[in-house]
Amino acid sequence: MLMNIIPIGAFLLALLIGAIVIAILGVNPLIAYQALLKGAFGSMNAVADTVVKATPLLFVGLGICIAFRAGVLNIGGEGQLVAGALSATIVCLTFPNLPGWMLIIIALLVGLLSGAIWAGIAGFLKAYFNVNEILSTIMLNYIAAYGMNYLLSGPIMDPLQIELGSFIPQTARLTHVVDLPRLIPTRLHFGTVIAVVFAVLVYIFLWRTTIGFRIRMIGQNIQASRASGINVQKYMVIAFVLSGALVGLGGAIEVLGIHHRLFTDGSVSGFTGSAGFNGIVAALFGQLHPIGTIPASLLLGALLTGANKMQRVVQVPSALIGALNGLIVIFVVGSEYLRRRQTRRVEPTTKTESNSQNKNKKENK
Amino acid sequence: MEAIIIGIVKSAIRLATPYLYASIGETIGQLSGVLNLGVDGVMLMGAFSAFYTVLKTGNLWLGLLVAIVVGAIFGLLIAFINVTLKAEQGISGIGVYIFGLGLSSLLFRTMVGTVQTVSGFPPLSVPWLSTIPVMGKIFFQQNILVYGAFALVPVSWFVLNKTPLGLSIRAVGQHPEAADSLGVNIVRIRYFTVILGGILSGIAGASLSIALLNVFQQNLTNGMGFIAVALVYFGAWRPKTVLIGALLFSTVNAIQIWIQVKGINVPSDFTLMLPYIVTIVVLAAMAKRRIHPPTALNKPFERGE
Repeated sequence: MLMNIIPIGAFLLALLIGAIVIAILGVNPLIAYQALLKGAFGSMNAVADTVVKATPLLFVGLGICIAFRAGVLNIGGEGQLVAGALSATIVCLTFPNLPGWMLIIIALLVGLLSGAIWAGIAGFLKAYFNVNEILSTIMLNYIAAYGMNYLLSGPIMDPLQIELGSFIPQTARLTHVVDLPRLIPTRLHFGTVIAVVFAVLVYIFLWRTTIGFRIRMIGQNIQASRASGINVQKYMVIAFVLSGALVGLGGAIEVLGIHHRLFTDGSVSGFTGSAGFNGIVAALFGQLHPIGTIPASLLLGALLTGANKMQRVVQVPSALIGALNGLIVIFVVGSEYLRRRQTRRVEPTTKTESNSQNKNKKENK
Repeated sequence: MEAIIIGIVKSAIRLATPYLYASIGETIGQLSGVLNLGVDGVMLMGAFSAFYTVLKTGNLWLGLLVAIVVGAIFGLLIAFINVTLKAEQGISGIGVYIFGLGLSSLLFRTMVGTVQTVSGFPPLSVPWLSTIPVMGKIFFQQNILVYGAFALVPVSWFVLNKTPLGLSIRAVGQHPEAADSLGVNIVRIRYFTVILGGILSGIAGASLSIALLNVFQQNLTNGMGFIAVALVYFGAWRPKTVLIGALLFSTVNAIQIWIQVKGINVPSDFTLMLPYIVTIVVLAAMAKRRIHPPTALNKPFERGE
């Protein structure tokens, strides 16, 4: 029961603090939040935009579910999104004459693989060199972003930009045959369906397969997993690779579904819009459960979409949502303590047992 | 050639400043068993608050003081989450980072808006020493925050290794149960080290915005705070080796800036990438050494019942 209340409480508390900040900025919080709500759900197009914004968050969030469940903290969503988007773009630019359906499948697969490899580097370094994965994934984010910016500033820049001399760092628009189908006459595209299907697949994978079970077991208790003969290193890498694959696929779908080209504003989050970080918020908000991550992504997608409207109507910068997302993470992990206390009260005997087991193990050493 | 080398070394010394403040703060926190990954967010807040204060009042010391206060408030928040609420430290740190990044961007957009510069701490020549040929120019014509950063190394070494407080900090990180049974107040020590870390991160940010670059923009630090955390691993939790790591990175930065200023034909995106690649390589190389982190790192203390 408490499990479901925590994220909602965290969300409301963050909104309350947001309201105070808005009031300090000299704007009526009710009017600001009304604008936000309207921006997120006010029309058919607004709702579609909310879902479109939520889609990459869901892909990242699903990847995060797998990684965090394995006890490895993949903070590299930004870099893996870029890896997926960049490689899918290059594939589409290189083979524009292939049939559309074939090119879409190849581009998505290449995007998925690139994300998997990019995350796999961090997984390998963690498993076999004991390199802190939070630091390595963050460094990989910067390397991916600057690598993309370099390619966009020359090798894959739109030839038209070079001809006109305007040098805007973006590629040419990809061939129309790779546009993912639209669902209704809005910006809503087929990628969202793929994301939801993958949410179900990730759930089945984590709770209904042996590999999924082992991944969760490592996250629960690494010593016990090792003692029971699980190759912990191997499964850490697997968790990282699968996690990155989902994020990379999400990056490729961003290109084929919505932007139809790759672009940057020179900063590190120019293309992703920080979806790599916001997806972590979505996953934590969804209690690291793939199905729970669906509504969580929608909620954050709504915040991000609505924030643009809020910025236009009452001039409250959309950066506010970034700050609120940070607070949501802090509140959700902070309240874990309350939950642990709750569960401990229910089953005090198991804890003492595991304690004495630990003691035995120490003595055996 | 000589002028080039003097220029690069001098700017390497300067640029080591933010790394030193942030890494030493993080070292002290980690020695007491608390992993704080929110350093970058706190640096951004320190940088913004110092910059804004100087922009409005022109008072550099007041700017530094405000950054210290902001850093302390963030330290208190981090300590509360990690020590009192016993949160998973890796994730809570990312939360603090996202919060600091978002809040500093929000405040910058509403209170400043455009990129502006301030006049920061001026270079301060040390009498006599600054006249030594070459060495004087490199080491003794820097600004006060640079001197402070380098002074922090022996001071923190002394406190950590030669005082009862330092012993308590290390005991709390290595053997919390033993420290607890000897009457050391674990919660108090950890609050102290984390707030101190917050203050030093705040100063690290201020050193960027009112002493080195004299400017603020969104995401000014560009991940410097994370590199500072990596330096703690590089330095194996010892101030002296943290200093070597900080100098390594600041030299990479100095060369990168020199290449850009000189207009040497290397794409700037590659030179910008350099520090991050070096970080990964260094972390992987360090991991082969058999130096273990404080045993209680990332483990909230629970008194056995």
